[in-house]
Amino acid sequence: MCSVCGCHGEVTFDAGPKPAEKPLPFPHVLAKAPAAHNHSHGHHHDHGHHYGLGAAGVSVPGMSQARLIEVETSILAKNDALAEANRRVLRALGVLALNLVSSPGSGKTTLLCKTIQALGDAPLAVIEGDQQTSADADRIRATGARAIQINTGKGCHLDAHMVGHALDDLRPAPRSYLFIENVGNLVCPAGFDLGEDAKVAILSVTEGEDKPLKYPDMFTAARLAILNKCDLAPHCDADLDAYEANLRRVNPAIEILRVSARTGQGMAQWLEWLRARLAEKA
Amino acid sequence: MHEMSLAEGIRSIVLDQARAHGFTAVTVLRLEIGRFAGVEKPALEFAFDVVMRGSPAEGARLEMIDLPGQALCYDCRVTVQIDDRLAPCPLCGGGRLLPEGGDEMRIRDMEVV
Repeated sequence: MCSVCGCHGEVTFDAGPKPAEKPLPFPHVLAKAPAAHNHSHGHHHDHGHHYGLGAAGVSVPGMSQARLIEVETSILAKNDALAEANRRVLRALGVLALNLVSSPGSGKTTLLCKTIQALGDAPLAVIEGDQQTSADADRIRATGARAIQINTGKGCHLDAHMVGHALDDLRPAPRSYLFIENVGNLVCPAGFDLGEDAKVAILSVTEGEDKPLKYPDMFTAARLAILNKCDLAPHCDADLDAYEANLRRVNPAIEILRVSARTGQGMAQWLEWLRARLAEKA
Repeated sequence: MHEMSLAEGIRSIVLDQARAHGFTAVTVLRLEIGRFAGVEKPALEFAFDVVMRGSPAEGARLEMIDLPGQALCYDCRVTVQIDDRLAPCPLCGGGRLLPEGGDEMRIRDMEVV
């Protein structure tokens, strides 16, 4: 069991080379957190649970057993509280945190590598979420950026708790960018707040114009949609206006950028967007 | 979608409540689920049965109450009620709607002993 917060699960972290120790107010490092945080424990029962024979399994003479407890608590309350803790830390540091969400294969990692190169000396860090392999974190580290890989095992999304631990290891610099590349999945990551400033949905033009209508929650939750691989549009009869119309159909407030990470089309506008959001955090 | 995670969230709240209120078993657990919450009810029922084993809510009856979907119509500038995520505005027939409510996933109450 995790000695910091008592968490359990099969999530693994690959922090890569350990950064220099700096005392910063990360929520999970109030206690000492190890550089690599591995979980390989579970909760096992080799016994039954006995509640007796009545409705309650116990009986107290003279007392009614049943009572009603008003709970009125969100099922995701724990995640939301941890996300808020992450958000406080990131706000205190002036870090712009973006949660990059998309289906698998939309070009998130390529876009991220090109973005890191284009941002030059700007301080930044990356959290990579995938079910398996550290391939994406390796690609990010090859650009010289700091990255931590979270492997969710069977999990279909990152949650605020995983990101809190990753922040302990990464310790992003003040006034830096933090890119969180979520598990490629257009469904589940929409519901889990990580403490980010905004979700950025990446949708490649080979996926089909109807994707925003089929998976509306993700695009409703996103502030910005990046239509990626625009250089391929003529080759696959993609109707970029239809993509935009469908995005606005599910989210009238969404901002949209047409980009090709490969050719560099639209990258200037994306960088401008990033710099404006970071300036807002100062 | 992530019904196992939701069930684990429920289990964690049940354990907290059991400590706070000193009960040993939950007989009924009532959830409020918004229309747009994206919860697959049969999947959540299945996950609930599995995840609650060994907790005070093992064997509890799970009841799910639907909450309506609400969206802001960008043309009418009012909040309207819609049943379907892609339904048009019932007032103007337009499609520029931003969901405002209906993504709730809450435990309303529990009957305990």
